[in-house]
Amino acid sequence: MIFKIAWRNIGRNKRRTLLTAASIFFAVFFSCVMTSINRGVFDKMIDDSVTSNVGYIQIHKKGFWDDQVINNAMVYDQQWKQELAAIDKVQTVIPRLQSAAMISFGKITKNVLVTGIDPAAENKLTNISNRVVDGEYLNADDQAVLIGEGLAKKLKATIGDTLILLSQGYRGVNAAQVYPIKGIVSFGVPALSSGMVYMPLAAAQYFYGANNLTTAVVLDVAGKEDVEEVLPPLYAKLDTNNTYEVMAWQEMIPDILNLKQTKDSSNKVVTIILYFIVGFGIFGTILMMTRERQYEFGVLLSIGMKRGQLAASVWIETLLLGLLGAVVGIALAYGLAYYLMVNPIVMQGEMAEAYTKFGMDPVMPASVALDIFWEQALTVLTITTLIALYPAFVIFRLQPVTAMRS
Amino acid sequence: MNIVTVQQAQKTYNPDKIPVHALQGVDLTIEQGEFTALVGPSGSGKTTLLNAIGGLDLLTAGKIIINNQDIATFSDSELIEFRKQNIGFVFQAYNLIPVFTAKENVEFVMLLQGKSEQERDTRVRELLTAVGLADQIDRRPSELSGGQQQRVAVARALASKPQFILADEPTANLDSKSTADLLDIMLELNQKENITFLFSTHDQRVIDRARRVVTLEDGKIISDERVS
Repeated sequence: MIFKIAWRNIGRNKRRTLLTAASIFFAVFFSCVMTSINRGVFDKMIDDSVTSNVGYIQIHKKGFWDDQVINNAMVYDQQWKQELAAIDKVQTVIPRLQSAAMISFGKITKNVLVTGIDPAAENKLTNISNRVVDGEYLNADDQAVLIGEGLAKKLKATIGDTLILLSQGYRGVNAAQVYPIKGIVSFGVPALSSGMVYMPLAAAQYFYGANNLTTAVVLDVAGKEDVEEVLPPLYAKLDTNNTYEVMAWQEMIPDILNLKQTKDSSNKVVTIILYFIVGFGIFGTILMMTRERQYEFGVLLSIGMKRGQLAASVWIETLLLGLLGAVVGIALAYGLAYYLMVNPIVMQGEMAEAYTKFGMDPVMPASVALDIFWEQALTVLTITTLIALYPAFVIFRLQPVTAMRS
Repeated sequence: MNIVTVQQAQKTYNPDKIPVHALQGVDLTIEQGEFTALVGPSGSGKTTLLNAIGGLDLLTAGKIIINNQDIATFSDSELIEFRKQNIGFVFQAYNLIPVFTAKENVEFVMLLQGKSEQERDTRVRELLTAVGLADQIDRRPSELSGGQQQRVAVARALASKPQFILADEPTANLDSKSTADLLDIMLELNQKENITFLFSTHDQRVIDRARRVVTLEDGKIISDERVS
């Protein structure tokens, strides 16, 4: 009965109902789409960053992350690899030996970052073989290197050319060797393109005099949600107090997360302002409705309707008014977000260049994570409930005679 | 049997500013089955007395006893419950719920009472037939004439099987034909079902058909006549 009164009252002033619902629809739709695109862009940015470089979890020798030198390498052997691979949810164990070196070809010398990789394992995470634009990808027993496209241009070197690498190896050993270029890799990020050199792990260990050593072991899992499941057994297995440091993806890409947080905050401010305006719109409607219906409220109380029942009816009416706009807004926003997820907005011009420069595809995908839409429904529910406090307050103070006399 | 006893009822509006003495020591007893008209000029206290008897307004002094209970002792929620179970109201402006049909308006109080669907349905049809609106059951108030709306209001007032009906100027907005029809219905219900009616009016057509006429002036009863 209470619901029936509320529902039918919605239709009493159709124009006002439509206007109010339309303002809610606009706020919900705009907010959903804005959040959805923002989430989609940052999710992609994070995924790109995680899957093309840092991975979801990394293990280092304690102190390596803050002082990334080869002397902070750690022992990595088959037994350890098997133990790590045996942890539930771990899909691939990816060892890396990374250190700086000087690379020289002809009269040109450059500083580079050399990364020794297990070609097969690395490819599972980063799919780097797909980035090879010239030559071939590495095999585990190769004595050759992959270099960035930018570096190849700077060195004026091409496939088959032999490069000289010079560095200081593990604990000060001299590192000097020549390697042919087996492949050239394309990176979107200029710093990577002109500064990265990959070689098989065994070759890198030999070059740096770091047999059985790695500077990082990346653990690949199916997705972010698995990270929390892998960390506890990992902490149990490793002495993280003295020997190792274990880092989840969030700790390794703080810049992106900070940027995301900043963007989220600015979006929240826009959303709050939007809902504030819409909230006042709804409040105006409810205020008018309450004033117009005081007489009716008085009658209903006179004939025996309890104040709580009457207040509940008005609350449901306010809620329905809000949900009417919200449901349509959410439905259409979800549809649009889904479309943009499948067919992301492709950026053009300077914006596209900026994205490419940072190694990202110049696209803006949207996210259809359900929490984005639930959050809006919850916000509307909260706003309407708060607004419904006003008529409830009036109803609980109303004297039927006074109301009917007015 | 007395169902309503009013003892030395006084009601003063604006006691701290410019006091208006709406009731000044009214004593009145209403017995089961009466068909009583409260008459008097505007401002004589008719509506104030009806509101006080209906528990819609509090007296400044004096008592209203219904079924041996002083209604001033009830809390707000007890008073609402008491009204729901014991009193039917008919207002001058009909005051039906505009979004409900005639059937739903009559059914409403029974829903509040928690009556079963079957009981509600039977009673609604019985009452709307009694007031001559069996064929208008699914019409909303905006689709009914003033007289029809007031008849629905009478049916609604009777739906909860109250002890008595309080009607405040029930014919004030009705034409002669509708007034006559409504009075016929009210009298029939009074005579056949022994339902007590207490109504305020200054409509001579109503006064002529009342069986007891209580005249108020300046908040006091100046005459109380029973018509045989």
